[in-house]
Amino acid sequence: MDISTTTDAPPPTPSRPTTAEGKRTARGATRPGDRIFLGLSRGSGILLLVIMAAIAVFLTYRAALAIGKDHGSFLTTFEWNTNVLPPTFGIAVLAFGTIVSSVIAMAIAVPVAVAIALFITHYAPRRMSGPVAYVIDLLAAVPSIVYGLWGALVLVPHMNGLYGWLNDFFGWTGVFSWQEGAPRSMLTVGILLSIMILPIITNVSREVFRQVPQMHEEAALALGATRWEVIRMSVLPFGRSGVISASMLGLGRALGETMAVATVLSPSFDIQASLLDPGGGTFAQNIASKFSEANEFGRDALIASGLVLFVITLVVNGAARVIIARRSEYSGANA
Amino acid sequence: MSTAAVTDKRASSLRGASLPTWTPWAIAAGSIALGIGISAAAGLHSSIQWALIAGLLFVLGTYGIAARVEGRRQARDRVATSFVWVAFVVAVVPLVSLIWVTVARGVKVLDLYFLTHSMGVVADTEPGGGIYHAIIGSLEQVGLATVIGAPIGVLTAIYLVEYGRGRLAKAVTFFVDVMTGIPSIVAGLFILSLMLIFKMEPFGFAGSLALAILMMPVVVRSTEEMLKLVPNELREASLALGVPKWRTILKVVLPTSIGGITTGVMLAVARIAGETAPVLLLVFGNPFINNNPFEGAQASLPLYIYQQFANSAGSGAAYDRAWAASLTLIAFVMILNLVARGIARWKAPKTGR
Repeated sequence: MDISTTTDAPPPTPSRPTTAEGKRTARGATRPGDRIFLGLSRGSGILLLVIMAAIAVFLTYRAALAIGKDHGSFLTTFEWNTNVLPPTFGIAVLAFGTIVSSVIAMAIAVPVAVAIALFITHYAPRRMSGPVAYVIDLLAAVPSIVYGLWGALVLVPHMNGLYGWLNDFFGWTGVFSWQEGAPRSMLTVGILLSIMILPIITNVSREVFRQVPQMHEEAALALGATRWEVIRMSVLPFGRSGVISASMLGLGRALGETMAVATVLSPSFDIQASLLDPGGGTFAQNIASKFSEANEFGRDALIASGLVLFVITLVVNGAARVIIARRSEYSGANA
Repeated sequence: MSTAAVTDKRASSLRGASLPTWTPWAIAAGSIALGIGISAAAGLHSSIQWALIAGLLFVLGTYGIAARVEGRRQARDRVATSFVWVAFVVAVVPLVSLIWVTVARGVKVLDLYFLTHSMGVVADTEPGGGIYHAIIGSLEQVGLATVIGAPIGVLTAIYLVEYGRGRLAKAVTFFVDVMTGIPSIVAGLFILSLMLIFKMEPFGFAGSLALAILMMPVVVRSTEEMLKLVPNELREASLALGVPKWRTILKVVLPTSIGGITTGVMLAVARIAGETAPVLLLVFGNPFINNNPFEGAQASLPLYIYQQFANSAGSGAAYDRAWAASLTLIAFVMILNLVARGIARWKAPKTGR
């Protein structure tokens, strides 16, 4: 304690050089090498914080320039015309499309990912669970542009049959009506996104399911529970918060995915009820596809929409991390 | 006669009837056959429909048969099991399809010519050309990003593990976590806003900066995990010999965990090598060979794939090139992954005992 409190003192202490106290101070004191190294490493940490702050500041600055000249309402206008005078743009369509595609992706990915995590931890033969986990990691390693290419050239043509079915059986709801256009729509985007976010949800859930106390499961088994009942009564309740935060991490990925959406979706600036008809757009997709034709003002407008995306993902990821942090304290107390 | 019947009955009431172990396989085979049969009869062409019918029949059939023979609780258990298996198959199918298609269509034009020529004199809709310029661009951008991102990431992790106490360390930990989730396009927009302010044209190094931002948090996380695995006894032994802390870190802690750190950096490199969005905004793409990352637009592999796809106008030649470039990119990323895992296994920190 004594040493650690005096480490900040300069090494030579001329005031009391002869006392034992002084000697100890000198020995425990920071050497130049230590100070440089601490400075470097602390500096890197601070640099990371500075970068985060700079992202927020500069995006806000450029966004403010654009929003100030926006002739429409930034939040409710259904248009993106930045190259004409007066410029009119709004994020309503993008916000809607981003949320819809992510919700579809979550609805498909979360149950499947939880099932796969359970498969790896509880169902698979022991020899299989390692390779399966590896295959899921491979899914995560494939670059998103390759998913996009695959989605546009392989998945899209394969969706016709499914779309026909949905239209035949559920077309009356309006949500699943289909006018026989190419299936470059929100539903296909959602399905592709669900494949892409599967690995992260699976990996985090798997870690949580591994931490379930053996005692809980054995107690349930001893009471005569079937394997499913063990999972429902001991594994899922224990892992619930972990699965929630895993899903939010996946959601953050889905919200910000750019290339896969840009290649698959055929965008338009309107909101429609049907998930099967092409149209709509997402924040990231809009930035990628509008960028090349945008002038300087148009780029500022795109930066403004990117700022909204940044804030949304910040909130989602922050919330997920807070849940995980609370969880780890809890399980640490239990260990 | 009667006693035999009684013992039989008692045995069955204790154990309950159960299906033979081969039942799930039989139901699976039956439902796949039935699914194909129904689809063929109804004239469905999409394999997704076939698979959906088969999957549905499998889960329903399992429940029906098990509920009849074994009772409801067992039936539910079996349904859960079959759902888990179906989910696993559902996840593997896209991966297999993706790799299969990429390899099958990528090998068509992938040869030495393709790897050593640029698109300089070839229109996007015509056959010919190659990805040399994109490989050069990718290597330079990712290399520069690694030179910037990896040291900062490792140093931050050292700070968090070896020095980090108090509020600053907590804030850094939290924001590193949040930073992991920043969409790549937002990192691109950040650098773009700087470029707009300084009135700069697109160039390779700008892309490197965005990639470095994406790389740092990944490196920090993995390095942190590795440094935490180094046993405290090693540090204490070194400090007890009077070695300064910074030399302890450089000579004892880092060498012990260097394998894991290398793995983490390589995985991060694999991740940023596939990023398209920031490169699209900042480097812009260029059909000609540009060896200078500090001036003028460059190409990069992921961007090349996107631009071949987007500018193809439905031409098969452009799609073929996009698939071949995808194959190259996947091969690069997978090799990095495998090597990284190999290093991790080979140089796993010896935690003693």
